[in-house]
Amino acid sequence: MTLLHLELLSAALFAIGLYGFLARRNAVLLLMSVELMLNAVNINLVAFAVFLDPARLLGQVIVVFVITIAAAEVGLALAIILRLYRNRSTANVDEIDLMKW
Amino acid sequence: MTPSLIALAFLAALALGGGLGVVISRNVVYAALFLLVSLGAVAGLYLLLLTEFLALVQVLIYGGAVVIVIVFALMLTRLQDFAKTRDHHQWPLGLAAALAVLGLLAATFVVFQPAVHPLQSTGIQELGNELFVRWALPFEIASLVLLVALIGALIISRADRGE
Repeated sequence: MTLLHLELLSAALFAIGLYGFLARRNAVLLLMSVELMLNAVNINLVAFAVFLDPARLLGQVIVVFVITIAAAEVGLALAIILRLYRNRSTANVDEIDLMKW
Repeated sequence: MTPSLIALAFLAALALGGGLGVVISRNVVYAALFLLVSLGAVAGLYLLLLTEFLALVQVLIYGGAVVIVIVFALMLTRLQDFAKTRDHHQWPLGLAAALAVLGLLAATFVVFQPAVHPLQSTGIQELGNELFVRWALPFEIASLVLLVALIGALIISRADRGE
């Protein structure tokens, strides 16, 4: 197991998440894709922290913060999606174009 | 093939397969379950990298909280509308963009290969010291952000009077 393996894995996971974010239309699925991308970044951070700078735990600390912010983001985003669904009875991001000009 | 490499291959297959399931699956509930598989595999990966605390946090926050909240949101926004979701008609462009990013990242990682230290376990004590001494202020701010996000989510999703 080398650093390169983990980097390639995280790159692949990030690409999958990016594809999901660009191609899907359901707002909840977009949120799941963002979670995939965040996890890819976390894998990279942990791999760098463990293999490049084991003395300082900078990467692991940042991963803890990323997970915290991701949890906050999920809660808030799902509340917004619920509210949108209640007002417009759709979770399709193509039909949510209130602020589009 | 060392045992750690075999474990890595297994976990990578789970993580990538779960990720593909999330972005390909027609049924949103299946997508949420695939997400759980993928996030669990990432937790296993943290264990493999000897960062036990992060593995625990990953299982607790992602497996325990995030996926549950997503499934709850799916239940609250009527499920039958979600059973068949269609992709955006420009999905080939998205695929091209994702492949381009993958190629760029992979090329960069292959070209720049820094010298690495041997794998060693980091004690939970050092992590606690780092988190609560050196990063104490950002930690408190993060907790404040969580509180504000929770209150915001409550206010946004609360039913209006007379609704």
